[in-house]
Amino acid sequence: MFRAHVLVCGGTGCVSSGSAKLIDLFKEEIEKQGLKDEVAVVQTGCHGLCAMGPIVVVYPDATFYAMVKEENVSEIVEEHLLKGRVVSHLVYKEESDAGENVKSLNDTDFYKKQTRVALRNCGVINPENIDEYIGMRGYEALGKVLTEMQPEDVIDTILKSGLRGRGGAGFPTGQKWKLARELVQDGGQKYVCCNADEGDPGAFMDRSVLEGDPHVVLEAMAIAGYAIGASQGYIYVRAEYPIAVERLKIAIGQAKEYGLLGENIFESGFSFDIDLRLGAGAFVCGEETALMTSIEGKRGEPRPRPPFPAVSGLYQRPTILNNVETWANIPQIILNGADWFASMGTEKSKGTKVFALGGKINNTGLVEIPMGTTLREVVEDIGGGVPNGKKFKAAQTGGPSGGCIPAEHFDVPIDYDNLTAIGSMMGSGGLIVMDEDNCMVDIAKFFLEFTVDESCGKCVPCRIGTKRMYEILDRITKGQGTLKDLDRLQELAAHIKDNALCGLGQTAPNPILSTLQYFHDEYVAHVVDKKCPAKVCRGLLTYTIIPEKCRGCTKCARNCPVRCISGTVKEVHTIDQEQCIKCGACMANCPFDAIVKE
Amino acid sequence: MSAAIPAPAQLPFQGTAEQEQQLRALIEEKRDDKGALMPILQGAQEIYGYLPVEVQKIIAEEMDVPLEKVYGVSTFYSQFSLTPKGKHQISVCLGTACYVKGSGLVLDKLKERLEIDSGECTPDREFSLDACRCVGACGLAPVMTIGDDVYGRLTVDQVDGILEKYKQQPHA
Repeated sequence: MFRAHVLVCGGTGCVSSGSAKLIDLFKEEIEKQGLKDEVAVVQTGCHGLCAMGPIVVVYPDATFYAMVKEENVSEIVEEHLLKGRVVSHLVYKEESDAGENVKSLNDTDFYKKQTRVALRNCGVINPENIDEYIGMRGYEALGKVLTEMQPEDVIDTILKSGLRGRGGAGFPTGQKWKLARELVQDGGQKYVCCNADEGDPGAFMDRSVLEGDPHVVLEAMAIAGYAIGASQGYIYVRAEYPIAVERLKIAIGQAKEYGLLGENIFESGFSFDIDLRLGAGAFVCGEETALMTSIEGKRGEPRPRPPFPAVSGLYQRPTILNNVETWANIPQIILNGADWFASMGTEKSKGTKVFALGGKINNTGLVEIPMGTTLREVVEDIGGGVPNGKKFKAAQTGGPSGGCIPAEHFDVPIDYDNLTAIGSMMGSGGLIVMDEDNCMVDIAKFFLEFTVDESCGKCVPCRIGTKRMYEILDRITKGQGTLKDLDRLQELAAHIKDNALCGLGQTAPNPILSTLQYFHDEYVAHVVDKKCPAKVCRGLLTYTIIPEKCRGCTKCARNCPVRCISGTVKEVHTIDQEQCIKCGACMANCPFDAIVKE
Repeated sequence: MSAAIPAPAQLPFQGTAEQEQQLRALIEEKRDDKGALMPILQGAQEIYGYLPVEVQKIIAEEMDVPLEKVYGVSTFYSQFSLTPKGKHQISVCLGTACYVKGSGLVLDKLKERLEIDSGECTPDREFSLDACRCVGACGLAPVMTIGDDVYGRLTVDQVDGILEKYKQQPHA
C-alpha cells in the first residue's frame, strides 16, 4: 500500500509539454528522499484541462498542480510528499477566486459542472495496467452480460437507455445492434468495429479515451459481440495517434493474457478477438462504409446505402460500427442500468457528451457535460470565457460538417436535435470558440478547403460542388465577390446536400449555410463594401501611415519587400496602395505604432 | 484528395539492397492477412521513409496485384508520401484550434524561409514541410512538430530561431 499517489498526466497535450520527463524526475526525487515504498508515481490518461499542462495531481487529497516544470519536482516531493505541506504557489488557481484558495481538483469550476461517464477513468487510472481498470469495476459488465444476460436483454438495455451514436449523427445505438442481430441469422461471421478515426480538426475526445482508458473500448466491443453474435472486432484508429495505438496494443495483450479476450471468455463458450487497423489519414474514412472498405485494404471510398452495414458491411457480412465515446458508455449502462443513464440528459438525447474545447477560450481541454447543458455554461463557467477581454463571436461544433453558433443562441440546451435546428450539429464533439478577431467568411473558407481536400472524389456533387463553393469563397475573401455569389452559394449548397453520396458531402455546405444565416452582414461587408470587419482577409486590408505619428525613421520603407513606401528621412512616409501586397511587414516593424490596417 | 497528382519526383530513388530485403520479408509475413495491402504500405513507408514508384512496383509484383491498385491506395491516403521526407520533418498543424490562432501564418513563414511548398522536401534533403491535420495538442495551439519535437504557442517571430537550431545540428 502506498500512502500517496502522484498522478502525472500522459495525454498527448501534456506529453507535448514535457510530462514524460516529469515522471522520471518524480521517481528519482522520491527515491532520493527515501519515499519509494510510500509514494507511487502513476502515468495516467488525459485530465482534460490541457491548457494548464503538464498536470500533476497528488492523491489522496487531489491537490492539483498545473504547468509543472522540471525544476518544480524536487520542491513538490520535499514539501508536499515528505513534509506534508501543499506547495500552494504551484497549485492551479482559478481567476475567479483571486488565487487565494487551494482547492482540490474536483472543486474547481472546470470540473464541478462536469459529469464524467465516458471519461470516468481518464486521468484516474494507469491506462497501461489492466488491474487498475479492473479495480474500477472493469470487465464486470462483460462478466454480467456473459453469465446473467441473454443477447436480447443486452440489446434491450441499450435500447432503453436511449444511447445515441456519439460520432455525430446520433443514430440509436441499440437499434443498430438489434438490426445486426436480427436481419441476418445464417450462423456466419459478423463483425464489431470501433471507429477511432477521429478526423475533425480540433477534436480529441476519442484520442483521450483511448489513451486514458483503452480497456473500456475492448470490454464494450466484446459485449456488443455477444449481443449481435460476432466473434471478431476491429478498431480502426488514426496512425496520427501513436500514444493511443501503443496503449491499445498493450491493453489487447493484457486482456488476452487474462482471458478477457480470446477463446471461451469466463467459461461461457463465447469467444471474441480484436485486431487493430491503422488509418492512413483520410477524413472520409470516418464514414462507416468508407471505413469498412479501408479495413479491407482498399481506397477508403464510401458506397451507397442500402444495403446498410447491419446487413452487408465488412467483407459483405453484417457489421456494427460505433464510435469510441459511444463504446465508453456501454459498460456503465450495463452495470448501472438503462434507467440510470436515461435519467441524464434531455428528452431525446440521453446521457452525457464529451466536448473538446478549443480556440479562443481560457480553459482549453476536454469536458464532459450532461446533455441539455447550455452553450453559455460550457463556454463561460467551465471554459472560463474568452481570453484577453475579447468578445465571444461564435462557437463552432461538428467540425467541417457543422456550423457556427452565434451568441444569440448561447442559451440553447445542447442536444442532437437543438443543434441541428439552429443549423449546426452535434458532431463528434469539437467545440471551437471564436472571438471578434475571427472572420466568419474566412472560417467557412477554411472548412471548405478542408472538405475539398478530403473529398474522395467518387461522387460529382461533392468532388466538383465543394470545389466551386471554395472558389466562390476565395473570390469573396479577395474582394472580387458580388451579391450574386451569395445566391450561388445557397443554390449550390442545396444541391450538394441533396445529392452527395455520403455524409461528408451532404454536410459539407453546413459551415457556409450557418455563417450566411448568422453573419450575413459580414458577407455583405466583403462583397459590397470590400471590407473585412475582422481584419483577417488580406486582400481587403489597407495599410496606412498616420502622418501625426510618423517620425520618418525609414524603417518601414527599408522592410517593405516590394518597396512601395516612399518618403525621406524625418519626413512623413506614404504607402503606395496600388503596389502594396498587404504583407504587414511595415506595421510589424514600425517602432511608433504609426501604421494601421483597416 | 490533393495527393492524387504527386509532384514530379525530382529527387532520385536511393533504396538499398538491405531495404529491399526488409520489404520482401514484410510482404512474406503479411501476404495472407485479410486486407494486407494497407499494413504493407505502412510498413514499406517505415522502411523507405516514403513510397516511390520503385517500391510500389515491388509490392505489386510480389502481391500479384496491378500496380494501379497499389498506386490508387498510396495516393488516396494522405499519410502515404510519394516524395521523400527531409532529415528534419516539419509538420504545421492546420486543425481548427491552431488555425484560428494563426498557424496558417507560421506555415507561410516556413514556406518562405525553406523555399518549398508544403508536401515538398528541400533539395539537400534536410527539411521537408507538411501541413497536417489536428495533432490533438489543441491546448498548445498553434503547434508544429519537427521530428519528435513539439513546438507549441508559436508565433511567426520564433520560426527563424527554431529553424536555425536544426541547421546547426548535422546529425539529428
